[in-house]
Amino acid sequence: MTTTTAAPPATGKGIWSWVTTTDHKRIGILYGVTSIFFFLVGGIEALLIRSQLALPNGEILSADAYNQLFTMHATTMVFLVVMPLGAAFTNYFLPLQLGARDVAFPRMNALSYWIFIFGGLFLTISFFVGGGPDGGWFGYAPLSTQVGEVVRMDYWALGLIVLGVASIASSVNFITTVLTVRAPGMTLMRMPVFAWMSFIISFLLLFSLPIVSVGLFQVYFDRNLGTLFFDAANGGDPVLWQHLFWLFGHPEVYVLILPAMGIVSEVLPTFARKPLFGRTFVIFSGMAIGFMGFGVWAHHMFTTGLGPVAEAAFALTTMFIAVPTGVKIFNWLGTIWGGSLRMNTSMLFSLGFIFLFVIGGLSGVTHAVVPADAQQHDTYYVVAHFHYVLFGGAIFGIFSGIYYWFPKVSGKMLGERLGKWNFWTMFVGMNLTFAPMHILGLNGMPRRTYRYGEGLGFDLWNMVATIGSFVLAIGVLLFLINAWRSYRRGEVAGPDPWDGRTLEWTPSSPPPPHNFDEIPVVQAEDDFWHRKYGVDEHGRTVPRADYRPPVPGGPPAGLHLPSPSYYPFLSAFGMFLTTMGLVYVPWGLLVTGLGAVVMMWGLFGWSMENLVREHRR
Amino acid sequence: MTTDTAVTAAHPDHHSDHHPDPAVVRKTAMWVFLGSEFLFFGSLITTFLLYRTRVNDGPAAADVFDIPFTSVSSFVLLMSSLTMVLAHHAAGRKDWRQMRVWLLATALLGMVFLAGQVFEFTEFVHEGLTVSTSPFGSSFYVLTGFHGAHVAVGVVLLLALAFMSFGGKFRDTEGLNVEMVGLYWHFVDIVWIAIFTIVYLLQV
Amino acid sequence: MTDATVHHQPTPRDYWVIAGILFVITAIEISVAYVDAFDPVVAPVLITLSAVKFALVVGWFMHLKYDLKRYRALFYIGLVAAPILFGAVLFTFGVLIGD
Repeated sequence: MTTTTAAPPATGKGIWSWVTTTDHKRIGILYGVTSIFFFLVGGIEALLIRSQLALPNGEILSADAYNQLFTMHATTMVFLVVMPLGAAFTNYFLPLQLGARDVAFPRMNALSYWIFIFGGLFLTISFFVGGGPDGGWFGYAPLSTQVGEVVRMDYWALGLIVLGVASIASSVNFITTVLTVRAPGMTLMRMPVFAWMSFIISFLLLFSLPIVSVGLFQVYFDRNLGTLFFDAANGGDPVLWQHLFWLFGHPEVYVLILPAMGIVSEVLPTFARKPLFGRTFVIFSGMAIGFMGFGVWAHHMFTTGLGPVAEAAFALTTMFIAVPTGVKIFNWLGTIWGGSLRMNTSMLFSLGFIFLFVIGGLSGVTHAVVPADAQQHDTYYVVAHFHYVLFGGAIFGIFSGIYYWFPKVSGKMLGERLGKWNFWTMFVGMNLTFAPMHILGLNGMPRRTYRYGEGLGFDLWNMVATIGSFVLAIGVLLFLINAWRSYRRGEVAGPDPWDGRTLEWTPSSPPPPHNFDEIPVVQAEDDFWHRKYGVDEHGRTVPRADYRPPVPGGPPAGLHLPSPSYYPFLSAFGMFLTTMGLVYVPWGLLVTGLGAVVMMWGLFGWSMENLVREHRR
Repeated sequence: MTTDTAVTAAHPDHHSDHHPDPAVVRKTAMWVFLGSEFLFFGSLITTFLLYRTRVNDGPAAADVFDIPFTSVSSFVLLMSSLTMVLAHHAAGRKDWRQMRVWLLATALLGMVFLAGQVFEFTEFVHEGLTVSTSPFGSSFYVLTGFHGAHVAVGVVLLLALAFMSFGGKFRDTEGLNVEMVGLYWHFVDIVWIAIFTIVYLLQV
Repeated sequence: MTDATVHHQPTPRDYWVIAGILFVITAIEISVAYVDAFDPVVAPVLITLSAVKFALVVGWFMHLKYDLKRYRALFYIGLVAAPILFGAVLFTFGVLIGD
């Protein structure tokens, strides 16, 4: 291939430099900031729900508003918060951990982000044009396929398809990155555990999203084209929707939790100053979870009448999937056992993760017991369970990651004093909110009802849960204040504030656009640690006398970084218009046509631009 | 020789800055993507298999399917894989003129297939099978329609390739581009092999 | 082309031969579907024949036989996962292919 002049690295300032960026670090930051914004949106939705339920016969929300809020709370938190937060970390740190200069396809990476944010906007716009989706985040047919005067569930179905396209594109990108652009010597088994978990998640998304996309198209066609996929009166079968949804929905659960597991597997060894105990087991457990995650979907459907054979089979697989999860917990405990622990905020969040995730995991195993599950189904017990794994698990793990990697991303330490307050308010708030829901559920309080009567025994615990949710909100607020203050005038971090183990701690904080002045040649697991420390004749860890911290020198001569491009943004915008038009069939097809033209323009320009080489780095 | 994932990126003897082979990077991505397409078409075929006998008052598969006609259009698509691979071969020999001929032939065969599909759909609608007649109708049209959409995307890609090759500006990536589009095109073809057997031949 | 494992790429002549085989198989498939004598075995025969077609296109036209092992692994994951997952779904509905 021809050698061209060195592309200007994306170091510019201003909005345009962010719109056109192809730097994986900037895209990671974009993902992170966007998800935090949606985290606040989803949080406000949750607070409204809890306010409505604080007292019996709540008057704050109408039934209609309540339906929209619980649907959008879940949709937002799953698709616009936890998933993209995982993508944010993966974007920023996967190439750094692999010793690469960028992901395999920098422009496609930008495209994923822009499609994602347009998908998020698309879903959110619905609130202002006739109401948000109101059929639940699972969109059970025929509730989701009933055609009213409003187009709420069209927004939902199309919005999720769009977000799915973004995720598939980034999954292809991440898998290719792992398989092709690792640094010399970085064998698969030497990859950091977080990189491994990102790799596994990409496969989960790759194989589960197409399935739900088909289901979502069928919902959309049932609503707009008169197809009969889920129309029971005319021979359709709504249970098919549940299969297509949960074939995606259960792997999705692991998509949400595995980033947190990866983060914890990085944080614990760093702050215990020990290698991860049973590292290979942790990796293989991750694979086992990913693999078995595809074999348990029907436990969401135990009350649909699957028949005894299927129920027994899925009960067994559900119990079995607890084994690799248990292995991981054991390994994390083994890692901190006997370590010299540094109890900073990141570590606290990781320990909080283990504690809360064990509770959520155990209540999850109770769902595997079919007769018990039939009682728990659609009660607050299930709500309590998945908030322990998704909030106590995924969000706590992600917060641990934020405290761990904030210094690398911003160059400043995230304040410890406010950080501890942040952790403890969130920890107390989380338990106050969700622990009472176990009791409420077992006492028979159903999910997704906007009111409950007086004197049913639900009053006390609902009030406790509502108070807890506001404590939780204060915790999140403390985090925002802390992040803002630390970003403005926090302690300067330096390249390696934690005495880290993996390659992302080698370059300066924040890393230069080209990541590494010289691509590292990897010789061991936790390569960076082994460059700093050796073992003396008594088997004790001692600093290497010959270790010198790398001095930032600048990019090697003739290095080509991916050049900025506005075509990803343009293509994503075209896709947004295309989808927007599909909501308002038939006249909206004009907008769809316009969007298709814009999209073609973007993609065609993109392929012409290919001359500027994608792989020259 | 690089034959395994674990070895490909791990050449410690490699010089300091290492460039992965763009062909390997892009083909890896394409195969990853094609793997996911199995699940997409798998879901559609599953829906069809579940609904194939639910015909309500409308026609059943055996009433509408015209196997000789569909066989011919299947054969057209099958042969487009031949022309595609010949285009790839010509690109490998840097015989750009012949490459364009085969690319355009492939696109033409693809368009013939699509025209056949349009004709077939029109016929079926005349015989009383629409998307809202029965779950059978819904699943048949949506499955074959999505396949047709994939073919249409392929035709656009083929025409774009042929068009872009006239300028001669893309010579260094041309062969790889043809190979990438080829992988996609052949995949669309093998999906049709499955659809033709499962949806057509097994239902009459 | 740029691949490391290319030893003996198929030639255009091979491609024409394979296309011929594909033609013959398709012809057999159609006759099997039509001739009543084959009725009891029609499903297994058709599925086998189309699997052969599938393998010929993937192996030769897509060069999978001649290319990196990694591509094969990636492709097989989807190829194996899809029938297992969807077979289980159809099983819960009491429907299986070819019954």
